[in-house]
Amino acid sequence: MTSAVPGTLAAFLCFFSLTVNVSDATGQETVAKPEKKIIEIKIGYLRAYAPQLTLSMLDLPPRDEGVAGAEVAIGDNNTTGKFTNQKFSLDVTEVKPDGDAVQAFEGMIAKGDRYVVADLSAKQLLSIADIARDKGVLIFNVGATDDSLREEDCRINVFHIAPTRSMLADALAQYLMVKKWPNWVLLYGSHEQDHLYADALRRAATRFGGQIVAEKEFKDTGTARRTDTGATQIQQQISVFTQDLPEHDVVLVADESEVFGTYVPYRTWTPRLVAGTAGLVASSWHPASEQWGGIQMQSRFLKTTSRRMLSKDMSAWTAVRAVGEATTRTKGDDAKKISDYIRSDDFSVAAFKGQKLTFRKWNLQLRQPILLGDTKSVVSTSPQEGYLHQVSELDTLGVDQPETKCALK
Amino acid sequence: MQKRACAFAILAAGFTASPASAYTAYVSNEKDNTMTVVDTATMQVVKTVEVGQRPRGITISHDGKFVYLCASDDDTIQIIDTATLEIVGTLPSGPDPELFVLSPDGKTLYVANEDDNLVTAIDVESKQVLAEIPVGVEPEGMGVSPDGKTMVNTSETTSMAHFIDTGTHEVTDNVLVDTRPRFAEFKPDGSQVWVSAEVGGTVSVIDNAKREVVKKIQFAIQGLRAETIQPVGIAISADGKKAYVALGPANHVAVINTDTYEVEKYILVGQRVWHLAFTPDQKTLITTNGNSNDITFIDTATDEPVQSLTVGQQPWGVVISPK
Repeated sequence: MTSAVPGTLAAFLCFFSLTVNVSDATGQETVAKPEKKIIEIKIGYLRAYAPQLTLSMLDLPPRDEGVAGAEVAIGDNNTTGKFTNQKFSLDVTEVKPDGDAVQAFEGMIAKGDRYVVADLSAKQLLSIADIARDKGVLIFNVGATDDSLREEDCRINVFHIAPTRSMLADALAQYLMVKKWPNWVLLYGSHEQDHLYADALRRAATRFGGQIVAEKEFKDTGTARRTDTGATQIQQQISVFTQDLPEHDVVLVADESEVFGTYVPYRTWTPRLVAGTAGLVASSWHPASEQWGGIQMQSRFLKTTSRRMLSKDMSAWTAVRAVGEATTRTKGDDAKKISDYIRSDDFSVAAFKGQKLTFRKWNLQLRQPILLGDTKSVVSTSPQEGYLHQVSELDTLGVDQPETKCALK
Repeated sequence: MQKRACAFAILAAGFTASPASAYTAYVSNEKDNTMTVVDTATMQVVKTVEVGQRPRGITISHDGKFVYLCASDDDTIQIIDTATLEIVGTLPSGPDPELFVLSPDGKTLYVANEDDNLVTAIDVESKQVLAEIPVGVEPEGMGVSPDGKTMVNTSETTSMAHFIDTGTHEVTDNVLVDTRPRFAEFKPDGSQVWVSAEVGGTVSVIDNAKREVVKKIQFAIQGLRAETIQPVGIAISADGKKAYVALGPANHVAVINTDTYEVEKYILVGQRVWHLAFTPDQKTLITTNGNSNDITFIDTATDEPVQSLTVGQQPWGVVISPK
């Protein structure tokens, strides 16, 4: 399914007629400064989408999650493009979460997309990665947090804007250790992605000295997620589920599938803090982050979209801005030059996180501070003070170069 | 006010050892919606004035009679009478004014409207908007050439310095600098514009005739992570020989020799040093330190910090009376 982006065409026409008028009016000056050709840069956006169930109504993903961030970045790129004679547009294509991404992707290439923002599953992403490489197309992954995509399945033409599960888990573990809350119990869901997040938390514990004193899997028995009478039952269920756990400081929850995690805080047998996919959550952005100029990003996003900016919106914004930054600096639309520039020491992108963001050259993962927040505010930002690194403190989060299994090809 | 300033001048003349002369400094405090009035001779707070919401950019009329203050969250510029310290009027700034610069003839105020990607030119006398000039994303830094003919605006997300002809209000040149440019300052002879890049961590020196970057200045402070060095405010001495750059969360001000572009010294000041201003006699430089809620007085003869003074919450900008 392909959805056109309303307004883009109108904006383009408007822009074009403006250019014509200006050159008419200032005919004399055009001689001195030859009229520059406007370079058009099409950015594709391929996403897997289907309405999703969540435990809390507040967590229902907006219909344009991610896409809205890309749209705002297109606007930002075009404001800059006025001065560099570049015009950006976004081409959004949707597939089903378990659907075939190859056909849709080939359609995008046929339309001339050379830069594709991908919000897909790891499997879908891998299915298009090599086709993209052979056609000289760059992919910017904003959806899949799988470490495998940056490790054994890494690709030379796939840049990862979304943080990995291991980056998120490390960010959380550093904070818990700084707070001197080292004893954890781990509750994880029964789906594959829950197991992967649990793995990342176990790895983080080993890395930063946390103790996972007990683990329990919460089986998805397929009961209704939201029911009118569910609250009493859930209160009892979680309490009983956590009754037999040994002494601990923090309950870690790994429930990406939205089966039980949201129900853990305040319902445990002993009064303990909750972190992971519920309670204190690690992510690449927070709708209340206003530090480092973030307030400007938040108000710009709110004004355009009439909702708050979520992590995927920020990842998509950053992806489109990375292409914008590279086209501005390389003064063109040569995918090879842009790819080389993004990989070079000169590249960085600012995304309201207090420092410049760059790519890890060995696996093309974007280095970034991770925000730790609850439902209302940003609690802390990792890396935490004191976690040192010879290259960048940001590399204390996630798989580092000496451990990488990636060989870019 | 004139009488009082006069009295201070006489008083200060008697204490030549004092690094600061008798001027009045005005500090905008972003978080508690106040402006602190400071006597630069005694280095004491004279008064705290309630102003609009989120006061940031601050400047003063050339005769010293009025302070202009960006009340960012009120979408206005407030005019404060320096004699009475009362708000006597407003200027139509456009939304979210953050920083501005007054033309050398004192007639036009150029304002960066951060949310709207615009620079607004305002006639101070008639309080009318003269022009709205589209620039890059998140315009912030504003500098004007000593002859008043050229205005430079920097846009944070676009990472450019936009050169604007003040006669036609047209953008004539765009110079790419490093990431998140925050401030633009002309050298007193108008030959160069210095632009700080907060996230890039550099200062770009742009040749005003060629409109291109001729030098990029880097910073390194022992024991500090490179990411904490975030250049923001710039002040260049009247003789053009020294440039002072506020390095934000690095808590230091860099002193740069403008001939060699070498950083000759890093002065430790307060936390998150943001902007700075010279006293008219050039003997003292005052910095605003946002996170430690104070300002630091630097003796420019020795480039040593002399004293810090607590002001309001999150001091942002500072301007000093011309006499």
